[in-house]
Amino acid sequence: MKFALPLAVLTALSLAACSSAPTQEPGTIDRTASPPTAVAPAPKPVAEAPKPKVNPYDPKFLKDPASLLSKRSVYFDYNSDVVQLDYFPALEQHSKYLKANKTAKMLIQGNTDERGSSEYNLALGQKRADAVKKTITLLGVPDAQIETVSLGKEKPKNPGHDEAAWAENRRADILYNGEY
Amino acid sequence: MKRRHFLSLCSGVALSPLLARAQLTIEISGAGNNRIPIAIGAFDGETALPQKVSDVIRADLERCGLFRLVDASNLPPASNAPPDWASWKTRGADALVTGAATRLSDGRFDVSYRLYDVVKQAGPTGSIYTIVPDSARRAAHIIANAIYEKLIGEPGAFATRIAYIRKTGSQYALMVADADGYNPVTALRSPEPLISPAWSPDGTRIAYVSFFAKKPILHVFELATGRISVLANFKGSNSAPAWAPDGRKLAIVLTKDGSSQLYQINADGSGVRRLTTSSGIDTEPGFSTDGRWLYFTSDRGGGPQIYRIPADGNGDAQRMTFEGDYNVSSRISPDNKTLAYISRNNGRFQLTVMDMASQQTQVLTDTAKDESPSFAPNGRLILYATEVGEQGVLSVVSIDGATKYRLSQQASDVREPAWGPLVR
Repeated sequence: MKFALPLAVLTALSLAACSSAPTQEPGTIDRTASPPTAVAPAPKPVAEAPKPKVNPYDPKFLKDPASLLSKRSVYFDYNSDVVQLDYFPALEQHSKYLKANKTAKMLIQGNTDERGSSEYNLALGQKRADAVKKTITLLGVPDAQIETVSLGKEKPKNPGHDEAAWAENRRADILYNGEY
Repeated sequence: MKRRHFLSLCSGVALSPLLARAQLTIEISGAGNNRIPIAIGAFDGETALPQKVSDVIRADLERCGLFRLVDASNLPPASNAPPDWASWKTRGADALVTGAATRLSDGRFDVSYRLYDVVKQAGPTGSIYTIVPDSARRAAHIIANAIYEKLIGEPGAFATRIAYIRKTGSQYALMVADADGYNPVTALRSPEPLISPAWSPDGTRIAYVSFFAKKPILHVFELATGRISVLANFKGSNSAPAWAPDGRKLAIVLTKDGSSQLYQINADGSGVRRLTTSSGIDTEPGFSTDGRWLYFTSDRGGGPQIYRIPADGNGDAQRMTFEGDYNVSSRISPDNKTLAYISRNNGRFQLTVMDMASQQTQVLTDTAKDESPSFAPNGRLILYATEVGEQGVLSVVSIDGATKYRLSQQASDVREPAWGPLVR
C-alpha cells in the first residue's frame, strides 16, 4: 500500500466496488470485483427510545450500499435475456420504490458484449432491458414509469476482449431520473 | 468512336477532404485462369497530373478479381498507328490500353484512352475526358469502368463511394470515401457512437443511427448540404435503416410497440407502418434490388437466422439459413442470386455466401470478427468490416472468395461500411 488512506475512505471505496459489482454472474469464470462481504448493517431503530419509522423507499437509499436499491445492474448469459432469480429481491425493491414514489421515472439500459453484429446486439440489449422491466412491472408498477432503451455493444463498460469483460458487458443498468 | 465528356466535379460532401492516404493490400489466391490478361501502358504526359491515371486503372482492374495485369513496360507511345499485335500476343495480353493526358491552355487536361482487342486485332475504342488536375483519380475510375464494361459486359463499380464509421479516441465520424478507400471525407462527427449508415439509392443521402441522445435515434444526412434530419425518434430504440429501391421509403427497426420489429417509414419520417409481428427480435432489414423482398435477421426460431418477407409485409416469413445457430446481417446481391451474411463458426464470426439456387454455402474469410457485409452495386465484390490486431479494418472480397484486399487507414478504427450506389 503506497498511501495510507483513512479507514473510512477505504470502507467507502470497498462499498462502492460492491455496489457496482455483479451479485451473481452465471457462467463467469473470472471475477475481479470483491465479494459483497463488507456491507454495513442497515440502520436499525434502537429499542430504548421510539423514533420515527424509517421509510425504506426514501430516495436517499437509492445509492446506499446497505439498501438493495443500490443494486442497479442485472447480468446475463451469452445471447440470453433471461433474468436470473438472484436478481429478483433487488428488482422487487425497485418495484416497491416506484410504487412508493409515483413521480419517479426509471430508465433501463440494455447492453451486450462485443461479439456479433451491431444491430442484432442492439436488439438483444433492448430485449434484456425489456426483460428487467417486465420483472419489475409484474409486481404492479405502471408501465409509464419505466422506459427501456438499448446501447447494444456500443458503450462497453469493460473495454476488454476476454470472457471477464464480456460478462461485465452483458448487462442491464437501472437509472432513475436525475441520473441520466 | 470518340466521345468528349466533361466530368462534373461535384464531390458531394460540402466539407474539406482530408488528405489521408489509404493503403491497399491486394491478396489474390487461386489460379486465376478466368482472369482476362490486360496490358495497361503508362499514359503519355500523365506525370503532369497529381496522380498517374494508369496506376489507378491498373489497381482498379486487378482488385476486382476479373483481370490479370500483363507487363506493359517499353510500350511505344500512343499514336494512330495500330499496335504491334504479335508482340502483345507474345506477352500474353488479350487486351491493351494506351492513353494520354494533354494540358489545355486553361489549366485543365484532356485525358484519353484507347482500348484494343489483341485477340481479334480490333480497336481502338475509347473516349476523351476534360478534367481539372485534382480529379485525375476520378477520371481514372471512370476509364476503368469503361474498360470493365466493354470487356465484362456489365457496369463497373470503380467510380462509386463507400460510407463507414471511424472511431478516433472517443470521437465517432461518419466518413465517405472513394470505393478504393482514397479521398476520405468526414461527413459528420459525434461524441457518441454512430452505426448502420445506409445509402439512398440515388447516392444523395445517408441514413444512420446516432446515440447522441443516449439512445439510438435514426437520422438522414444529406451529402450536398450537410443537412441532418431526424427520421425516427420513437420511444425505445430506432435503428437498422434500409432504403427501398425507389428511395421514397425505408425499412427500419423500432421497439415502440415491444420487441425489435420491422417497420416501414417514408423518407420524410411520416407514414410509419409495422411490417412484422413476432414476439422476438426482427432486425437488420435489407431490400432486394427489385423491391420485392425484405431480408432480415430474426430469432423467432431460437437463435438468430436469416428470413425474408414480401416487402409490403403481407405474407409469411420464409427462413433462408439453416446451417449453424447464429446467422446475422444479411444482404442479397443485386441479381438476387447470392445471399451474403455473417455466420458464427466455432466462435468465429465470418463472412459467408449462400447460392440461392443450390443453397450451397461458402465461408469467404479466415478472420474471426467479420461484420456488416455490403455488395458492390454490380454484385462482384463484398465490402465488410473485420478486426486485425484489435483494430477495425475494412476489407473487400470477391464473391468467389478468390480476391481479397483491405482498405486500411493508419491509426483509426473503422467499421460499419456501406457500399454506395452506381450513380450515372
